[in-house]
Amino acid sequence: MTPVHTLVAKELRCFFVSPIVYVVGAVFLGIFGLLSYWAVVEASNQALRMMQMTDTFAQININDLVFRKVFYNLNLVLMLVLPLLTMRLFAEERKLRTFELLLTSPIGINEIVTAKFLSVVIIYCILLTLTALVPMVLSAYVSFDWHPVFTGYLALLLQGAFMLAIGLVASALTENQIIAAFLSFGVILLLWLLGAFGSTLGDTPIGHVFSYISFIEHYDRLVRGLVHVKDLIYYLSGMALMWFAAHQVVDAHRWN
Amino acid sequence: MIEVQHVTKQYGPITAIQDISFSVKEGEIVAFLGPNGAGKTTTMRLLTGYMPPTEGTLRIAGYDCFESPIQVKQRIGYLPESPPLYLELTVHEYLTFVGRLKGLSSELLTQRKCRVLEQTGLVDVQHRVIGHLSRGYRQRVGIAQAILHDPPVLILDEPTVGLDPNQIIEIRDLIKSLAGTHTIILSTHILSEATALCQRVIIIHQGRIAAIDTPEQLSARLRHSQKLSLTVKQSLPDMEPQLRAIPGVQEVCAAPSSNTFIVEASLDSDIQEDLTQFVVKHGLGLLELKSQSLSLEDVFIRLTHNTPSNKTDKS
Ligand SMILES: Nc1ncnc2c1ncn2[C@@H]1O[C@H](COP(=O)(O)OP(=O)(O)O)[C@@H](O)[C@H]1O
Ligand SMILES: [Mg+2]
Repeated sequence: MTPVHTLVAKELRCFFVSPIVYVVGAVFLGIFGLLSYWAVVEASNQALRMMQMTDTFAQININDLVFRKVFYNLNLVLMLVLPLLTMRLFAEERKLRTFELLLTSPIGINEIVTAKFLSVVIIYCILLTLTALVPMVLSAYVSFDWHPVFTGYLALLLQGAFMLAIGLVASALTENQIIAAFLSFGVILLLWLLGAFGSTLGDTPIGHVFSYISFIEHYDRLVRGLVHVKDLIYYLSGMALMWFAAHQVVDAHRWN
Repeated sequence: MIEVQHVTKQYGPITAIQDISFSVKEGEIVAFLGPNGAGKTTTMRLLTGYMPPTEGTLRIAGYDCFESPIQVKQRIGYLPESPPLYLELTVHEYLTFVGRLKGLSSELLTQRKCRVLEQTGLVDVQHRVIGHLSRGYRQRVGIAQAILHDPPVLILDEPTVGLDPNQIIEIRDLIKSLAGTHTIILSTHILSEATALCQRVIIIHQGRIAAIDTPEQLSARLRHSQKLSLTVKQSLPDMEPQLRAIPGVQEVCAAPSSNTFIVEASLDSDIQEDLTQFVVKHGLGLLELKSQSLSLEDVFIRLTHNTPSNKTDKS
């Protein structure tokens, strides 16, 4: 077992004995289910109305009416629940002084940071996999285009992982878990608002910069089924930047 | 084995330790003795490569503690001031995690775990969650963690703090059993612990080394005076000079409100008798006369202020 394996295994073990994962999981899956349910009900109402009006069998677009809507709204839910997953990562190690054990073991800081990040991404992936039940059940009743569903999941994965990376840094900055959670929530919210601000500025250089820094337009494109390299680069470089920042924060902490 | 040269560590404006140099030979047990805030933990953290010194160099087995951290960390077992425990894991899970972190192979890990659980008396609680264990057991898990990968160098920061007397004896026995095959540095603020366990004692006071000596010589240096506390019903106006005039008395100091005086005297004088006679002669009414043990503070004052001539002692 490499050190990263060992650390990830321990991290997951600690996650699954703490209630936070179950609470976050239940809230996330519950909201996903509710959002999907509402979207489906609304879509079928719309279909019913169209059938009454035109007296023919109406073909409604499940992709637009259900999945896109759910994916958009889910972004907001992620912003609220993912900081709860990351808040304990470093904060707790610092509080319990177990950080001293990690930093005096023959492993590098990069391995510690990587393992912490991977462990929350794994938990998040488990949650995402569980939500796949909804499209699978739906596909038994209606036909829809799987392509935007897949890219939507890619968007969720990248978006979530980016938020988790932000939370990783926040957790390294403090030994108070509540502060860590609020900090990551604040940064994510700021990134969101930056995008909204950018779009009001419209076609100006500043507007473009703000829109690029914010995740909104990158997320939108992926959810609409468009996979652009620049959006992938945005998410991957964002995560790399956060990884590097977390590394620096942990390292700087030792220098006092 | 351990080589520390002119090490200074500053936390921002605070100088925690200043110009500390010492070395420890292979197989030696050395104690850091000093009151809280002396800089013991800081020195140990520097040795473990947890943080870099502001100035100076530290070496373990020839490797620089900050430039070759991996080589150094493979060779040390470290018990921090508060044991670094994951409260939600069982003792067994925790030790498995630590062993893997230290790079032990599976077979070796299984073997070492059995041995260490036995050595630290944790066999019965190995499947209990650490968060449910008592303080003494947690400390033992901390020690088990430090010795798990059988490192040649052990750095133990206050290993017996917060334990009850029986547990202290057990832990000291454990440390003694590791002696010889391991190079051990432990810190303590208890004088008797340092002298009971170690071949050499490094006394740190306010970030500086006050003395490095064997326990025997240390006690010899401390043993030329005794301290008594004298309480009388009523005192004379010039009590202090009068007491000082008694042969053998070195220092008198009066407690502010009560009629209590702390008298320091040379060991060879019959000071108890002389003091009693003095009190009786003046009809002061003796309430109490007892000898006080030297506090760690006294030890430092003595070691830092004693002139070298004091070293010549008949013991
Ligand atoms: N992280 C820190 N930041 C600032 N000052 C510190 C820190 N750790 C220790 N100190 C200061 O350094 C001095 C030495 O502390 P320490 O090494 O913990 O002493 P000891 O272990 O002997 O009690 C103390 O004055 C303490 O206040
Ligand atoms: Mg200390």
